[in-house]
Amino acid sequence: MTTMTFGQAINAGLRKALDRDPKVLLIGEDIGTLGGVFRITDGLQKDFGAHRVVDSPLAESGILGTAVGMCFRGYRPVCEIQFDGFVYPAFDQIVSQVAKLHYRSRGRVKMPITVRVPFGGGFGGAEHHSESPEAYFLHTAGLRAVTPSNPQDAFLMVQQAIACDDPVMFFEPKRRYHLKGEVDLEADLSAAAPLDQARIERPGSDATLVAYGPLVPTALAAADAAADEGISLEVIDLRSLSPLDFGTVADSVRRTGRLVITHEASQTGGLGAELAAGITERCFYYLEHAPVRVTGFDIPYPSARMEQHHVPDLDRILDGVDRVLDRPNSLSGLED
Amino acid sequence: MSLAGAGPATGEKISEPWVQLLTPAGVRVPEPHYDSWLEDIDGGRLQGLYRDMVVVRRIDVEATALQRQGELALWPPLLGQEAAQIGSGRALAPDDFVFPSYRETGVAYCRGVEYADLVKVWRGNAPSSWDPYRLNMAPMQIIIGAQALHATGYAMATKFDGAETATMTYFGDGATSQGDLNEAMVFAASFQAPVLFFCQNNQWAISEPVRVQAQRAIADRPPGFGIPSVRVDGNDVLACLAVTREALDRVRTGAGPYFIEAVTYRMGPHTTADDPTRYRDPNELEDWRTRDPIDRLAAYLKSEGLFDDGFQAQVRTAADDAAAGLRAACTGLSDPSDLELFDNVYSTPHAVLERQKQHYARYLAGFEAAEGGQR
Repeated sequence: MTTMTFGQAINAGLRKALDRDPKVLLIGEDIGTLGGVFRITDGLQKDFGAHRVVDSPLAESGILGTAVGMCFRGYRPVCEIQFDGFVYPAFDQIVSQVAKLHYRSRGRVKMPITVRVPFGGGFGGAEHHSESPEAYFLHTAGLRAVTPSNPQDAFLMVQQAIACDDPVMFFEPKRRYHLKGEVDLEADLSAAAPLDQARIERPGSDATLVAYGPLVPTALAAADAAADEGISLEVIDLRSLSPLDFGTVADSVRRTGRLVITHEASQTGGLGAELAAGITERCFYYLEHAPVRVTGFDIPYPSARMEQHHVPDLDRILDGVDRVLDRPNSLSGLED
Repeated sequence: MSLAGAGPATGEKISEPWVQLLTPAGVRVPEPHYDSWLEDIDGGRLQGLYRDMVVVRRIDVEATALQRQGELALWPPLLGQEAAQIGSGRALAPDDFVFPSYRETGVAYCRGVEYADLVKVWRGNAPSSWDPYRLNMAPMQIIIGAQALHATGYAMATKFDGAETATMTYFGDGATSQGDLNEAMVFAASFQAPVLFFCQNNQWAISEPVRVQAQRAIADRPPGFGIPSVRVDGNDVLACLAVTREALDRVRTGAGPYFIEAVTYRMGPHTTADDPTRYRDPNELEDWRTRDPIDRLAAYLKSEGLFDDGFQAQVRTAADDAAAGLRAACTGLSDPSDLELFDNVYSTPHAVLERQKQHYARYLAGFEAAEGGQR
């Protein structure tokens, strides 16, 4: 086991992937000499060359569109989008081409593209630097979407995403890039948990608390705090956002009867809505309370001095837990 | 290379010379540089180009008829663009890879497409038809200009592989306004990708004349990206063949990207769902009829003594056979099975979609059970 940061773990995973398969290629803005604005690709161009780690022009549609062409030629491009809010110029290529070409070509052309997107806020970023755009992509058939929450998963999941024959949106919780953890650099990829599986991070019995990416550490801290009050929360790290692992969540909810889901992204049409609907369909007679969402508001990502209100924190999650447990909470007595 | 009187009637200013080897009257204009790319084009090959254009036009007309008869949902005619597509398509080598738009029937024909694969998509049977790796031609692209980036990426990959092939992408005048095409030119120039951009400037993007897209000749734009370009008479099959051959040779041998603007005319509607009488002066169409790509080569063949009755009958038969073949292939297509709906969305198992498929299969099975019960 090696102690390393989340960012270093992704770097190590990318290095393994580049080593393993000569068709793996990284392309993005500032990823070469600079090593990426977050240094996630640090040293990779030096070691693998400018044809394997490609500094692209500043054009996100161009990055994804050329990656599509490379897939026709058998390559496995890993595209870096510098910040979440910069993914939209590439949206057409992702939604209309990357997601659909395997279907359109009736399985003849694979699109094993990994799109790395640093996402989420909580670090005082400028506009367009703190967004959580994952829901846009969950709605698009043909894409997978995942997000790791710890260095070990980051190391393995980035390699699994690259090895996957489907396109994978790989969301990296950028405010956790400096989170340290133990990583087994020799871990066998084939023995790793499947990319589309959620994981119970902490077993519990009173309510199921579902989080992903940057809010998993927050959810675990909330579970610690709840335990001090005698409440036992089962914390699930979704890991996969598309497909959602309804099986793992439903099993948990059948035991706890209560579901809280938290994410930084806005609420309407978000992942919490899809999870709440899917779990209600599967577990209606097990539920003791309607699923509760603790999410960002339906606002543009706010300025740094207001973002603490927008990003769910430990206290807001616990307020949601109180709601789902019918304990006194901020909305007690409110009709709708 | 004279342009006298050839300016399109859409108001576009043609400020540059273009390459023309055959006048609209079918007179061969000597041009030593490009003639050197046609040294192998003897009488038989000239007749072959004529046959190609006539057959492709006949296929196009038949497909339009099939749409009118309810056999196809839609068809995008290439009427008038035969020379641009056959001239450039016949310049391609088998190893070259093509990223087309949706109107490249003539190019697909040159790549050896099967009849059924020309109409499968428009009949609604499948989201694409031909095998891209058999034809070395990507599925048709409907998003305007998106394929230019795919071609550039493919070309970058061939360069990484050290392969000496060219990648060619087709698009229209409308696509030149898209970000994707402009980004493609930036990437192609920055990485010196072996890609040939082939613009069929057919003067119209549905109802918008080319002057809405460009205030200068389209071929003026690529040099600003560092990409050399040439403007060619797109209704002159010999000029299109020569210019494309030279361009592909440059691209294959490491000279970087290249851009061809073929000035042609969409004589038909945008698609069978379009009505150009709402936006187009009929005189303009008549004017372009005098520059018809097929008539012009016929006149030249006649002047060369290559257009006797026997040849004409042979071409007619080839065209009729193609039309009959297309019709038979079209009406003979079997409908896809119900649950193909879910195929190939992903290449690896996807639990949520599997569940939807299972549920829908049960739903459908319910009808079968009910029908079975009645019997």
